[in-house]
Amino acid sequence: MQFKHKDIIGLQDLTKEEIQLLLDTAENMREINDREIKKVPTLRGKTVVNLFFEASTRTRTSFEIAAKRLSADTVNITASSSSVTKGETLSDTARNILAMKPDIIVMRHAVSGSHHYLAQRVSCSVINAGDGAHEHPSQGLLDMLTMRQKFGRLDGLKVAIVGDITHSRVARSNIFGLTRMGSQIFLAGPPTMMPPGIERLGNVTVCKDMREAVEGADVVMMLRIQLERQGKTLLPTLREYSRYYGLNPAVLKLARPGAMVMHPGPINRGVELSSYVADGDQSWILQQVENGVLVRMAMLYHVSGGELATE
Amino acid sequence: MGADSTVILDASGVKRALTRIAHEILERNKGVDNLVLVGIRTGGVHLARELVVRVEEIEGVKVPVGEVDITLYRDDIKGHSPHMPVGKTDIPFGIEGKKVVLVDDVLFTGRTIRAAMDGVMDHGRPACIQLAVLIDRGHRELPIRADFVGRNVPTSLRENIAVNFDEAHRPTDVVLEK
Repeated sequence: MQFKHKDIIGLQDLTKEEIQLLLDTAENMREINDREIKKVPTLRGKTVVNLFFEASTRTRTSFEIAAKRLSADTVNITASSSSVTKGETLSDTARNILAMKPDIIVMRHAVSGSHHYLAQRVSCSVINAGDGAHEHPSQGLLDMLTMRQKFGRLDGLKVAIVGDITHSRVARSNIFGLTRMGSQIFLAGPPTMMPPGIERLGNVTVCKDMREAVEGADVVMMLRIQLERQGKTLLPTLREYSRYYGLNPAVLKLARPGAMVMHPGPINRGVELSSYVADGDQSWILQQVENGVLVRMAMLYHVSGGELATE
Repeated sequence: MGADSTVILDASGVKRALTRIAHEILERNKGVDNLVLVGIRTGGVHLARELVVRVEEIEGVKVPVGEVDITLYRDDIKGHSPHMPVGKTDIPFGIEGKKVVLVDDVLFTGRTIRAAMDGVMDHGRPACIQLAVLIDRGHRELPIRADFVGRNVPTSLRENIAVNFDEAHRPTDVVLEK
């Protein structure tokens, strides 16, 4: 099995076998992070540019650690410090970075499709670290790795995703990825945050009530209310949201016994997730973060080989 | 098996070679103190487990055995070789101060051994590393030699050596393919 893609833009573009390969590689890299010397020489001499046009701590740090564990050199460029604030276009920024000969660009951008645009214009690999409301493939992969870690499979799992589906690239990547792997997805959220036709993206059922989605679920994935993206009109009050779409112990009881609670972070405590659930023994939130480094190592590793296999 | 294949060692030949190697390892290291075996995935791991059984028969002690996957230590990620899936490295014991015997099925260019030594050393500082191989087929590209050899087989670069295992991972034979 060979990974033939130069870039990873979204899980929509990957086959079941390719997702499987990335997850298997990530799982086999777990041991590296438990060593005293947490480093292997695989990507020695490669340069990874983290180009972040949107705020991110977790994802950027995770990609940076992943690259460093594989011995690649990393450079971080964030929007506030970049020429974007001086009016440079994405195409010009890319050309300038390319002139410095990076091997992989990891980018986050507020506009959906910007990675596709970039990937067609540069010879190096492009990895999507989140583009607008489109996809966040590394998050989708780390969520799947975490589910597989507990259940040993993804096929046949019932996964509830609750919250602001419209603005969520995490939800879309999970829908594409989990559908490929044979899971069933149940969505719930305020009607103002549920895009019409979303069920056409995969094996998706839209539920009117959060309880309906959570009932019998193996995994309950709560999405962050993205306060920075909200116009006030979508949401009357946070208190009301929390009442109808927040996960508390009573709602969680409807899920399968021992169901996993997941959240891409950062959590709005007391809004989408009660602290009792977030810190409870069904919470896998910190394992998600741990697994994030592993899947990002796998992504960096496979685009490095994939790029060269096409030579 | 095609007409262009020759059996170099049959099952009992492999057994005898492994038994001799086990004795040689014990003789060189004066027993099993601080001795650990590390197999190189995947053939070397199976052979390492065979050696552990033989060492136990001789000394009555089960020495620890680990496995190392060298994919992440290869020097040809940008080369011609097909992109290999990453396997699991599993060394469930401290390597610090141990006498490590690396085990592989075929010693060829020496590049695998170089990668495996780097992999082992990332887990700690062993007292020494020794190398046991079932077949040494020559054509070294690095200054590496084996301490324990089952059989020296001079080959041409066009030939291939296959160490075969049954479903229980026991070695069945060694075949030279032209």
